[in-house]
Amino acid sequence: MSVPLLQVVNLAVTFRQEGVETTPVRSVSLTVHAGERVAVVGESGCGKSLTALALTRLSPTDRARVSGRVLFEGTDTLTLGTRALTRVRGQGIAYVFQDPTASLNPVMRVSDQIAECLPDLRRADRLAAAIDLLTKTGLPDPARAARAYPCELSGGQQQRVMLAMALAARPKLLVSDEPTTALDVTTQRHVLNLIDDLTDAYNMAVLLITHNLGLVAGRMERVYVMYAGQVVESGAVTDVLARPRHPYTRGLLSAVPLLDAPRNTPLQDIPGTVPSPDAWPAGCAFAPRCTDDEPRCHTDQPPETLADGRMHRCWPRPQTGQQKTPTALCGSRGRSPSIALPQP
Amino acid sequence: MLLNIQNLHVTYYSPGQKPVEAVRGVSFSVGAGESLGIVGESGCGKSSLAKTIIGLQPPSAGSLRFEGQELGSMKPAAFRHYRRVVQMIFQDAVGSINPRMTVRQTLEEVLHVHQMVPAGRVAGRVRELLDRVGLPETVLDAYPREISGGQCQRISFARCLALEPRLIIADEPVSALDVSVQARILNLVRTLQKELDLAIILISHDLAVVRNICDRVAVMYAGQFVESGPSANVLDAPQHAYTRELLAAVPDVGRALKERGRTHRFAPTCTGE
Repeated sequence: MSVPLLQVVNLAVTFRQEGVETTPVRSVSLTVHAGERVAVVGESGCGKSLTALALTRLSPTDRARVSGRVLFEGTDTLTLGTRALTRVRGQGIAYVFQDPTASLNPVMRVSDQIAECLPDLRRADRLAAAIDLLTKTGLPDPARAARAYPCELSGGQQQRVMLAMALAARPKLLVSDEPTTALDVTTQRHVLNLIDDLTDAYNMAVLLITHNLGLVAGRMERVYVMYAGQVVESGAVTDVLARPRHPYTRGLLSAVPLLDAPRNTPLQDIPGTVPSPDAWPAGCAFAPRCTDDEPRCHTDQPPETLADGRMHRCWPRPQTGQQKTPTALCGSRGRSPSIALPQP
Repeated sequence: MLLNIQNLHVTYYSPGQKPVEAVRGVSFSVGAGESLGIVGESGCGKSSLAKTIIGLQPPSAGSLRFEGQELGSMKPAAFRHYRRVVQMIFQDAVGSINPRMTVRQTLEEVLHVHQMVPAGRVAGRVRELLDRVGLPETVLDAYPREISGGQCQRISFARCLALEPRLIIADEPVSALDVSVQARILNLVRTLQKELDLAIILISHDLAVVRNICDRVAVMYAGQFVESGPSANVLDAPQHAYTRELLAAVPDVGRALKERGRTHRFAPTCTGE
């Protein structure tokens, strides 16, 4: 196996405020190979975005302390000097964030903003290069868009501009943090198709941060499911989503309304909310919301179980030799399985 | 029919600019206890339609009848009644609640303004409403910023229900929420609808959500309904090209896995292997 493009080992982000320490990201390990499409999913407050920012030390440095190792092409970005880090940002790892309106400078023309990402070019060539990048993102009338201010463009167009800026330095890894949450489904599809096409063309890897399991199921190769600052399950998308092993992954999947489910099927929710980082539970962080919990789940951290290229962090159940009925398993605590799905 | 809309037009005029026709000849009706989903992308006129129905934006042409009465010719008393029984839920739950009022004040205010219950019964009614939307009484003295987005959306529903509405228009009520919270709010909508015989107009771009809640669905494009009918028919056998495009754009877990040769069957077996 070649050296992975990105290897994150035991990443933790700790905030210290008014003498109180909280650790919203505790011990996250993940790997992205060159050209690979990897997703990180979880509810809000699970530490997904903080993890993404910590990769290039973008987390607020005055308050946050980042520990662990982030090996990008073998060098640890957490210990790099400012100059070398600046090279990694943009040329190594580029970002596209959720809200393009907030990410773009409202008082700069689009072409000037893209030109800022092209410092190696002569001033005279920058406009042409900017238009060229915009053309690649499929913007209609790129020459006009280049002269425009962000407010003159729609959300989908702005996100294409963000993408053009991210691509300007030919990064090897594109981190997209909820890139399409603010967009319509049809625009969302266009932007995601575009990301797919461009990453293929440039041989970029993608780390997609999202809470939309549908996007993960359709487009990604591997997935990391995060809960309460930890990775609770990971593996190939088709395995994890078709056969989830962690109760949290199962809960997320059951909560999603499906297109082919009959009307009025109640959705199965996950009771409770993500605990706050200043009050992580003692045992498994998911235990208070789990419908399949045991006494030890509340007192002891479950171990990572590694098997057939997958990981999940849950106490092993007494293996069921006998086939339990669906209701006995899913419907513990009196709930019934909600989604009628075609049997294979 | 509870609400009957015929050939409704909404046009915005601004000086020096061409008039913008946001809604161009929409007709539909909603009966008591029925649920209609309106889907379409931003800019198609969904929200203009919603604003017109709750009376915030006068139609430029067409007829809007509620319980047989034309909205434009209602007497003030009838209009006040209309304003009470037709309620709206917004996408931004936190933003639609006054940040400087506690949950208790928010709910008491509507009861007072519309004189829904005698003064002595207000506190009791507030507790009933909270119970109805599944919130504990401990949130009563909280401010909106102190509770979660999902809880704020429940408060919005409680505030609507305080007025004993007949029709609720929900504009993207769950699109800002996490999937597990979304499931809870959708389940709440379904229960309320059944138990209170509420009519619901659900505006959403998520076809799976619409499928889950609505009897009928209308697909809106450029100010017009391009397709409408029972949601199962429209979503299973879409006739209009735009509906097909919308459907194809939905990132659906079940469908995506099927395309990749896997069955999404964790729910029926749920063994976690």
